[in-house]
Amino acid sequence: MKPRNIQANPNVDGPAVVREALKIILPRVEDHSRRNFLRRSLTLGGVAMLSGCSISDNSSVGAALAAISRINDGVQGLIFGPAQLAPTYPDSMIMRPFPFNAYYAEDEIREVDGDSWRLEVTGMVADRRKWTLAELRAMPQIGQVTRHICVEGWSAIGKWAGVPFSEFLKRSGADLSAKYIDFRCADDYHTSIDMATALHPQTTLALDWDGSPLPPKYGYPVKLRMPTKLGYKNPKHIHTIIVTNTYPGGYWEDQGYNWFGGS
Amino acid sequence: MQPNHMMISEKPAAPAVIHPVWLRVVHWLNVLAVLLMVTSGWRIYDAAPFWNFRIPTEWTLGGWLGGALQWHFAGMWLLAINGLIYLSLNVGTGRFLKKFVPLTPSIILTDLKAALRGRLSHDDLTHYNGLQKAAYVFAVLDLIVLIVSGLVLWKSVQFQMLRELLGGYEGARRVHFIAMSLLVAFVAGHVFMVALVPRTLLTMIRGR
Repeated sequence: MKPRNIQANPNVDGPAVVREALKIILPRVEDHSRRNFLRRSLTLGGVAMLSGCSISDNSSVGAALAAISRINDGVQGLIFGPAQLAPTYPDSMIMRPFPFNAYYAEDEIREVDGDSWRLEVTGMVADRRKWTLAELRAMPQIGQVTRHICVEGWSAIGKWAGVPFSEFLKRSGADLSAKYIDFRCADDYHTSIDMATALHPQTTLALDWDGSPLPPKYGYPVKLRMPTKLGYKNPKHIHTIIVTNTYPGGYWEDQGYNWFGGS
Repeated sequence: MQPNHMMISEKPAAPAVIHPVWLRVVHWLNVLAVLLMVTSGWRIYDAAPFWNFRIPTEWTLGGWLGGALQWHFAGMWLLAINGLIYLSLNVGTGRFLKKFVPLTPSIILTDLKAALRGRLSHDDLTHYNGLQKAAYVFAVLDLIVLIVSGLVLWKSVQFQMLRELLGGYEGARRVHFIAMSLLVAFVAGHVFMVALVPRTLLTMIRGR
């Protein structure tokens, strides 16, 4: 889903058009969460970004900013220390309740059936198969109390536990020289990460939150927890993992957020 | 270089260059960089304000959080590289010693008292008075704090020592915002002073 470069029409009053559109659309939307989502995203900037238009009526400015973001991906890859651990905290500092955040509101949280759910691993892996929740629980487990940092700026300390992701990749026979790992989720979210972060000792295929199985709002049944990356890079309700050398992008990344998203 | 005598046919010596070309270029690039960083930074703050106010969206750059972040992480290169060039040339050409030294609390106090009495002379623009020296040194240090705290916000896991120095990730957020506020206050004061002595704007454009 690559943005197209469309030249904005300078004769059109952009903000006025958006206000008109909101006035027409919003009353027809019964569902409050969709209305809030529309209201939040239908700013001129949101529309412009989603359609690939540059804010400043100049598509080359937008292209330059995106190119610099890709350069920053490379720089972050160089700065990333494969053994540099994120700070950990005592249980007493866990934020309860932990904030919910997604590109939709709480009444649209997906309820996944853990018994029928399978984790499919495909792409550059020797063992392309589907894993059950029980099989994941039978693997060695680790956990930490770490700081979740959102791209919006806020942070919250939480406790996740699950299978060390490097261990899981090795058991799947993943090609560890591949560049990217793509995650597809039950809430139609997707994001991808670099192999170096995937192999980081604190990167966890999390099954538990704060000592109990992940509740739906935090990503039941499986979430990828990486304290070395911002929140939007930590996918919830994962159903498919793809190891690949083709840049996969992501839900927010395709709209202009930085891909590496390292913290 | 004073001539011993003036021949009638000689033209008078041109006024000395107050700001060399490199300084003027660096200064105006810095103006651009600071504008980009502050206005995009305000939009980022607005996404999750940690104090009881937001900055009006009309004052911000980027249109939405995604756009503001793009501007912020592009502008940072201009700010940092331009800043490094300034520091290297300022020290390397000897300009720092010439313009900023001596700088002592008593020099600052003397000039502050003169300024408050309306007696601080601006006739000779080739020298900075004590208040200018203090203000510009403060601005440089403040920008360094902004950059260091910015690095911690960007990569709090990777820059562990800096992170701990600034009170952790959340501490760094406050340091970053306070340093920005001080910089904005400096800019306001600086622009006001330029308005009071408009010749200084000319010297920063023409050099003399």
